[in-house]
Amino acid sequence: MYKYDNYDQAIVDARVAEFRDQVNRRMAGEITEDQFKPLRLMNGLYLQLHAYMLRVAIPYGTLDSRQMRMLAHIARKYDRDYGHFTTRQNIQYNWIKLEECADLLEELASVEMHAIQTSGNCIRNISSDQYAGAAADEVADPRPWAELLRQWSTFHPEFSYLPRKFKIAVIASPEDRAAMRLHDIGLELVRKDGELGARVFVGGGMGRTPMIAPEINPFVKADDLLSYIEACLRVYNRYGRRDNIYKARIKILVHEIGADEYRRQVTEEFAHVKTLGIDPPLAELERISAFFAPPAFDAADVEPDRSDPDFAVWLDQNVKPHKQSGYAIVNISLKPIGGIPGDASSAQIDVMADLAEKYGFDELRVTHAQNIVLPHVAKRDLFAVWQALREAELANANLDLISDIIACPGLDYCSLANARSIPIAQKIATRFADAERQRDVGELKLKISGCINACGHHHAGHIGILGVDKKGVENYQLTLGGSGAEDVSIGKITGPGFDEDGIVDAVEKAVEKYRELREGEERFVDTYRRVGMDPFKEAIYG
Amino acid sequence: MKLLTGNELGSGAVTWWTGSGWSIHVEDAIDVGEGGEAILHAEEGARRVNAPYIIDAIPTPEGPRPAHIKDRVRALGPTVRPDLTLKPADPAAGDWII
Repeated sequence: MYKYDNYDQAIVDARVAEFRDQVNRRMAGEITEDQFKPLRLMNGLYLQLHAYMLRVAIPYGTLDSRQMRMLAHIARKYDRDYGHFTTRQNIQYNWIKLEECADLLEELASVEMHAIQTSGNCIRNISSDQYAGAAADEVADPRPWAELLRQWSTFHPEFSYLPRKFKIAVIASPEDRAAMRLHDIGLELVRKDGELGARVFVGGGMGRTPMIAPEINPFVKADDLLSYIEACLRVYNRYGRRDNIYKARIKILVHEIGADEYRRQVTEEFAHVKTLGIDPPLAELERISAFFAPPAFDAADVEPDRSDPDFAVWLDQNVKPHKQSGYAIVNISLKPIGGIPGDASSAQIDVMADLAEKYGFDELRVTHAQNIVLPHVAKRDLFAVWQALREAELANANLDLISDIIACPGLDYCSLANARSIPIAQKIATRFADAERQRDVGELKLKISGCINACGHHHAGHIGILGVDKKGVENYQLTLGGSGAEDVSIGKITGPGFDEDGIVDAVEKAVEKYRELREGEERFVDTYRRVGMDPFKEAIYG
Repeated sequence: MKLLTGNELGSGAVTWWTGSGWSIHVEDAIDVGEGGEAILHAEEGARRVNAPYIIDAIPTPEGPRPAHIKDRVRALGPTVRPDLTLKPADPAAGDWII
């Protein structure tokens, strides 16, 4: 894992001191809320429905046990004993006090963490593949590149006041586990004739205008990557709209001028940027990459004893192949039936930290699906890990099944939301609580947003649900056929919306129609793509 | 009726104007009528409330009930965590929101 150098630590410490002063001035009445709001947002502090909410950055979703324990400590000391892991691999605390926030940030800084650039019109936390460094199909480890982008984007003076927020994802596998093409910039590391470079996609996003990022460049050499991205941002910063918040994201710019024209302008700008010498020297790249060297794998390749049927089910569902023989990737589902997607108590966070330290080379990852990953676990230790997870109520064997639901906080917490998301997730998961039925349905990505901002990624759900406000009453629209993976697509709305119970019934009808129509190994989304919307509409609306 | 609501500056807690001060209990809120704007500005200026605004509510025997579900969620707490609401001992309290 990357470790702060003195410069990293100094700028984070300085920001804490600066924010402490800003809070004190706000509390003393020296600055107004209008003046203070942009300052607190730059430090990840929102005012939500019940209290202040703090979003803490987890760079590319990677953290160690010391940092994970700090997240538990924050939950206990400054919040109400839990945290909420988000779709951008961050964590949010819902009950933070402004008067305690600087102390909290100081404690975070002591473990090389912060909340900088988790809000505002800047480059947000760089997201990546939660299996980085462990996936058999990666062409390179994406984390050094994500870290390089983190350093480049942190306090970047030119990009601190963009037209709108900006999200970048980096992957290095053909399988997209990070919804890469639904980001403002998506990078897929690839090799061409042995040389490392990246496919660059620009202009994706969800929100009220969902778009799949077009490919702007099929291969940018690794040596040029930072300059190329700088050029992408410069064109956006110059021409992105600032007059209309709903048209300010880069996806609108790319769509309006067209991918070809955007590409032409980026190429022109890149020729200039390349003269500025911002690409890091090889020695710096090697310095960063050294932090991500593979751990000392030395476990024998032993297959775990599958005689416990519950353990065997968990193995099949939540444990994925590792590139190193003798090891496996463990997914910890934060989606218990009837629970709150992405929430974990401080005790559970501590358990996960302990397991990472004891069995996982001290590494954890947060996934965009609001789960946790132990990326390097020896197969010989899987049973012990599972037992500890079961003890902590974290052994839910439902990864990628219908109850592994992505849901935003919705109207239970969020001031932007129009409808509640979490209760819908709970009801659907409860309706499909039967584990055998879930496994029979197979992979089904169900995603719920409580408003059109789409924090719950509903556009990218095989089944998506969007909560809307219909004359003061919660109403839920249903979409089918979306995907955030390498088969990326935007879901289509089925028709009129439903009330809280109606949407659960509608989901069940759609699932049962799939079970009736599927052929061979088809997933829900495969069947939908083959047969189209009509059979599902008929089943749902009859 | 109209209620004046906002958040405590330091803690962020949801608060309601009672006529003489602020309470975290919506039952204590009074109808500010057409005078809400003046109170809002005075209280915000004195930093006794943050991000205040005026909402519509319906009088009931139990006290004012905010007209919009969002303000009812604010008044009580998250429907999915009854233990974190203002009425943790009353599991049916969430029905008031819906």
